[in-house]
Amino acid sequence: MDNSSAAEPACVEAGAITEIAFTLNGAAARAQIAPRQHMVDVLRQVFGLTGTHLGCEHGVCGACHILVDGHVVRGCLMLAIQANGAEVVTIEGLNASGAIADLQEAFVRRNALQCGFCTPGMLMTAHALLQRDCAPQRAHIRETISGNICRCTGYHAIVDAIEATARERREARDAK
Amino acid sequence: MQNEARFIGVSHPRQAARRHVAGRGRYTDDIVAAHVAHIAFLRSPYAHARCVTINCEAAGVAPGVIAVFRGCDIAGVSRPWTTRLERMPSHHSAPQPALVADETCWQGEAVVAVVAETRAQAEDAIELIEATWEELPAVESIAAALIDGAPPVHTALKSNVALDHTIAEGDVDAAFAQAQTVVSHSFAFGRQTGVSLEPRSILAEFDARSGILTVHQSHQVPFQMREIYAEQLGLSAENVRVIAPDVGGAFGLKLHAYADEMAVVAIARTLGRPVKFVADRLESFISDAHAREVDVDGRIALDADGRITALEIDVIGGFGAYSCYPRSSVGEVLQAVQLAGAPYHIGALRGRIRGVYQNKVPTGAYRGVGQPIACAVTEQLIDLAARAAGLDPAALRARNFRASPASPSKTEGGVVIETLSLQECLSALCRHMDYDALRREQASLRKRGIWRGIGLSAFIEITGVGPGLYGPQGVKVSAYEGCRLSLQRGGKVRCATSVTDQGQGTIDGLAQVIAEELGIVPTDIHMVAGDTGQTPYGGGAWASRGIALGGEAALRASRALRGQILSIAGALLQADAADLSLRGAAVIGKTGAAHMSLAELADIVRFRSDTIPLQEIPPLEAFEQFVPLALPYLATNGIQAALVEVDPGLGTVRVLRFWVADDCGRIINPQLVDEQIRGGVVQGIGAALFEQCIYQNGQLVNGSLADYQLPLASEMPDIDVLHVSTPTRETLLGARGVGEAGVVGSLGAMWTAVNDALTPSGARVTRQPFTPEHILDQIAAAKP
Amino acid sequence: MKAAAFAYVCPTTVAGALAQLDGGRDAKILAGGQSLMPSLNMRLAAPELLVDINRIGELGGIERRGEFIRIGALVRHAEVIDSGLVKTYLPLVGLAMRHVAHPAVRNRGTTCGSIANADPAAEMPACAVALDARIVLLSGQRGRREIPARQFFRGLFDTECRNDELLAEVLFPVAPPSERFGFDEVAVRHGDFAAVGVAVRAALEQARIAALNLVVFASEPRPLLSTAATSIAIGQVWSPSLGKAIADAVVAEMEPIENLHGRADTKRKQAHTLIARVLDGMMHG
Repeated sequence: MDNSSAAEPACVEAGAITEIAFTLNGAAARAQIAPRQHMVDVLRQVFGLTGTHLGCEHGVCGACHILVDGHVVRGCLMLAIQANGAEVVTIEGLNASGAIADLQEAFVRRNALQCGFCTPGMLMTAHALLQRDCAPQRAHIRETISGNICRCTGYHAIVDAIEATARERREARDAK
Repeated sequence: MQNEARFIGVSHPRQAARRHVAGRGRYTDDIVAAHVAHIAFLRSPYAHARCVTINCEAAGVAPGVIAVFRGCDIAGVSRPWTTRLERMPSHHSAPQPALVADETCWQGEAVVAVVAETRAQAEDAIELIEATWEELPAVESIAAALIDGAPPVHTALKSNVALDHTIAEGDVDAAFAQAQTVVSHSFAFGRQTGVSLEPRSILAEFDARSGILTVHQSHQVPFQMREIYAEQLGLSAENVRVIAPDVGGAFGLKLHAYADEMAVVAIARTLGRPVKFVADRLESFISDAHAREVDVDGRIALDADGRITALEIDVIGGFGAYSCYPRSSVGEVLQAVQLAGAPYHIGALRGRIRGVYQNKVPTGAYRGVGQPIACAVTEQLIDLAARAAGLDPAALRARNFRASPASPSKTEGGVVIETLSLQECLSALCRHMDYDALRREQASLRKRGIWRGIGLSAFIEITGVGPGLYGPQGVKVSAYEGCRLSLQRGGKVRCATSVTDQGQGTIDGLAQVIAEELGIVPTDIHMVAGDTGQTPYGGGAWASRGIALGGEAALRASRALRGQILSIAGALLQADAADLSLRGAAVIGKTGAAHMSLAELADIVRFRSDTIPLQEIPPLEAFEQFVPLALPYLATNGIQAALVEVDPGLGTVRVLRFWVADDCGRIINPQLVDEQIRGGVVQGIGAALFEQCIYQNGQLVNGSLADYQLPLASEMPDIDVLHVSTPTRETLLGARGVGEAGVVGSLGAMWTAVNDALTPSGARVTRQPFTPEHILDQIAAAKP
Repeated sequence: MKAAAFAYVCPTTVAGALAQLDGGRDAKILAGGQSLMPSLNMRLAAPELLVDINRIGELGGIERRGEFIRIGALVRHAEVIDSGLVKTYLPLVGLAMRHVAHPAVRNRGTTCGSIANADPAAEMPACAVALDARIVLLSGQRGRREIPARQFFRGLFDTECRNDELLAEVLFPVAPPSERFGFDEVAVRHGDFAAVGVAVRAALEQARIAALNLVVFASEPRPLLSTAATSIAIGQVWSPSLGKAIADAVVAEMEPIENLHGRADTKRKQAHTLIARVLDGMMHG
C-alpha cells in the first residue's frame, strides 16, 4: 500500500463509471457502476440477484435488507460504490449457506408469508435478531421487525415463526 | 396400509412459500427481457389544469433517451376510454386518456412518457421537460364537489355528481316515528390506498413478426386485461397474452386498467421494443387507485323490546377524477348500503347512495369494497343503541340476529342469504374471549382511570360473486372460473386454472383439492396460473372467489379426470370401474391392493393404447368451469372483537387483543384461512388507526411510506381465529370465500371498541383514522 | 425514483475530507446516509459531490475524555445502544435510543448525523440540548469550533454547521450517578419520528430539586430547553402538583409547528401529559 497522501482515493465524477470489488455471497465480485447507483439496483441488475426487493426506495419498507459486513442494512440507502471492499450477503447467499434453513422452514411451516415480497428482507432482520437474542419475547420480536413492512400477514405468523425458531435452536443446543 | 393421506382440511405448506423464503420469487421486475427499455412519466403537478405547452426537445436528446411520448402521440394508438355501466346510465365518467393531452384532473395523472435505456436516464430526461400549465379551479372534498355551481372536475362533466340513488324497503318513517330508542351517528371514513409492497409493474413486448403482444403484469385479472389491451390497440384477443407472474400483493388495487399502463402497452406496440414500467413508491401514491373516502350519516330505531325496527343511512363517496376502468368506482358506496344491517332483522331500510367526482386520484377496489363500511356503520349504531337502551351490546346483537333461512332469502338491502351462523359465531367468540370477564375487568379498570374498550362487530359478506354483478352492466369481466387437468407422464398432474394468486395460497389450496380427489400428493401437481396463453378463461382474483369457485371447478375437473382414469384402468384390469379407486398415485382394487400406478397408466395411454380394450380412449384431460347460478354469490358471516385501551392524555389507542369467529364454509387449508383473516384484520386496524391519504390544496401531502402510516408489527396484536363451518349447498366442495372477511369485520370492531373505551368521557370518534388529535378533540368537546 | 447523478469521493483522512468540502462544489457529507440517501433517491436533494466519510478511521469510536463522553461522527446508533460507556454515563441517550428507528437503520445511521441533520423530530438533538453537549466542527479554513448544543440548533434542519464544516464529534458531559433522567414521546407507531417528545435531566439534593433541564422536541422547530421548568423546579420538593405546574409552564413556552401530526394545541396537550408523566416516573424512580 502506498501511504503517501497521494493515496487518497480520487473523485469519481458524476458521469463516470468505476469498478468496485467486493465479496458477494462468499465469492469475489466486481462490477462497473456509476456513483449514483444504489446497492440493490446493482445486485438485481448486474448480478441478477432478484431476491432483494425494492418496495419504497426511501428506506422505510425493509424489503431491500441485505447483510453488509455482518450487519443488516437497507440496501436502497447504501450506494453500490460504498460496497467496495465490503462483504455483502443477500438472501440467495443466506439460502445457499444453509445458515437460516431452520428459520426458512419455520416460515414455510407457519405460512409466515403470503405474497413473499417482504420475505427476504424479513428473514434478514429475523436472522440478525436470532443471532443476538436466543430467547426473544414476542414484544421484542415485534419491535425488531417493525422496520419491515408486511402488507399481507398482519405479522402474527411471522412472530410465531421467529419465536418457534428461537425455541427450536435452544432445544437443539440444550440437547447437546 | 395404503397411503391414506388426506389433504382437504389440512394445513399443508405452500409450495410457493419455499421459493419465496429462498429469494426465488419471480415478480414482473425480476423478468429479464433482452433489449428492454424503461419508462418514466412526467405527472401532473396540479389537481386541475390545462396543459398550455409541453416542450420535450431537451428531454428527447438527453443521454439514453429512446423516445418521448405526449398525449397527442399516444391518442392515435390508444384512444381515450369511458367507464360505463349499462344499468346506471346516469353514472357517467369523462373520457380518460392514457396520457393527458389537454386537461389534467388530478395531481399525479400521467402526462408525458419518456423511454430510455435506464430508469434513471428516463427520470433525468423528465426533469428537462418544460411544461406550462393554466391552473383550473379544483374540487377536493366531497362537500366541495356537491356545492351548487362547483367547478366541474373535468370539463367534459356536466355535474360532479357521479351517482345518486336511493334504495328503500319497508316503512322506515313509521318505524322511526314509533321507535322507543333512536340513535344516530356520523362517520367519515378516510381516503386510503392499497399499498401492495410490490408496486404496479408491467413489461410489454410487441413482436411485429408474429403480431403478438405479450404483457407481463403484476395484476389480479389477466383475462380482463387481455380484452382491454386488445380493444385499445385494435388487436385480436388471441394475439394478446397477459401473464401475471408472482404478484407482490394486490388487495384490489391491481384489478384496474391504469392509464399509465395503457400508455406502456401502446408504446410497446409503437416502438416494437420491450418496455418496462415499475411504479416507484412516490408515484404509486398518486397513481394507484385510492379507496374509501366515504361519509355516512346513519340512524337506527329500536322498539321497547330492544328489537331493531329500522335503519337509515346516507352514504356519499369521493370517486376521484374518473370512475375506475373497467369496473367503475361505484362498488364502495353501493355495497356500503346494500350490506348495511345485513346480519340483523332490521325490518326497514332506506339508503341513499351518492358519489361525486373530485380532482384526486380515482378510487377503486380495495379489499372488502364497501362492506367494511356497511359493517362499521351498522355495528357502531347497534352499540350506541345498546347503550341508549341500557342493554349489553352482545345481548342486543343476539336478540336481533337474522336466523338462518330455510331457503335462500333476501335481506332488506337485497343481499341473498343461503345460510347463516351468526348466533353460533357469537357464542363461540364470547366463550373464547371470556366476554363477561373482560366486561368485569373493564369496569374495575375504569375506576382506576384506565379506559379499555371492547368492540364487537358482526358481518355478512359477499364472496364468490357470479355474473350478476358485472354482466348486466356490460362490463367484460368473467365471473366463472375454469380448471383444466391432465395426467402427465410419470403420473403427475398438470392443473391450469383461471384463478390467480397474489399470496393468498389459493393455488396451493386448489392443489390440495385435486390431490385429495386423485389420491396423489399436492407436490405431484404442476400448477399453472396467471397466464392467458396457458390457462382456461376466467375471473382471476376478485371478490374472494379463488377457492370457493376455482376450488369447485378443480373438484369437478378432478372427478372427471378420475372417471377417465378409472374407466381406462377398469378396461385394462377387466374390472368394474366402480370397484376401483385412486390412492397413493395408483389404481386401487376392491381388496385395497395397488394394481397399477398412475405413471404406468399414463404411459400405456401414450404408447400402448392398442392394449386398452376400449372403443374410445378418454384423453386423460378434463376441463370444468364453475359459476354459481342458483345463487348470485356465496354469502358468508362472522363476528370479530377488539380489546383496546385509549390513553386520554395523549389520545393514542393500543390494540391489546383481537378475536375472530368466521364461517367460510368448508375449510380446505385452515392455516391459509386463518392467515387471510389475520392479514385482513390488520388492514382494518390500519384503516382505523393510521392510514389516510391527506390532501391539502389538491396535493397529496403524505405520499411516501414514511408519511402514509401502514400498520407495523409493534402496534399489532395477536389475533385468535375460530371457525364455525357451514358448507354452502351451492357447490360440491362447500367452501365459501374468506379473503376479505378479516377487513370486512375489523373496521367495525375498531369503531365499537374505541367508542366503548371513550364511554367515561361521553366522547365518540366520528372520523377515521382515529388520530390522537381527533380523540383528544372529541374528549374535549364532550366535556361539560 | 433514482438519484440524480453526482460525483463521489471517499477520503481516508479528515484533512482529505475538509479539502473536498473546500473545493467550491455543492458538496454533501455522506455518513450513515439514512436521511441523505432517501432525499437523493427522491431527488429532493441533488448535490454535485458526495463526500463519503465512512473510511476515515479517526471519526469512529466512543470514548471517555475527561468529564465528557466523546462520540465520533461515524458511530452508528447500534454502537451507541451497545456501549457500556453510554449505559453508565449517558443514561438519557440510552432511554432515547429505544425510540430511534429500527435495527437496519440503527446499523447505519449515526448519532452525529442525526445531530447534524437537525430534524426537529429526531431524538438525539433533544438529548444533546438536555445534556448540554458540545458539538465539534472542523473546517479546513477556520479549524476547530466547539459549539454548545444549546446554541447549535437554529431551526428546522438548520444548524451552526457551515457548508465547509464537518461535524466531527459530539461531547456529552458525563452524568454523575445521582442524576435522574426521563424520556418519552408520542409516535403513533414505534420507531417513527415523534409528534412531540420530552427529554429531561434532573438532580436532587436532599429531596429537593437541584437541577432540571427539560427539553421539548418534535413539536418545536428546534429542541426547546424550558427556562420556566427550571426556575419553577429549583429548590422544590417533588409533588405531582409541582409536576403539573411545570407542565403548565412548559406548554406556555412552546411554539409548536402545525403539521401532519397535529395542531399546536394538540401538541401542547400531549406535551403536558408527557411532561407530568415523565417527571413523575423520574422522581419516584
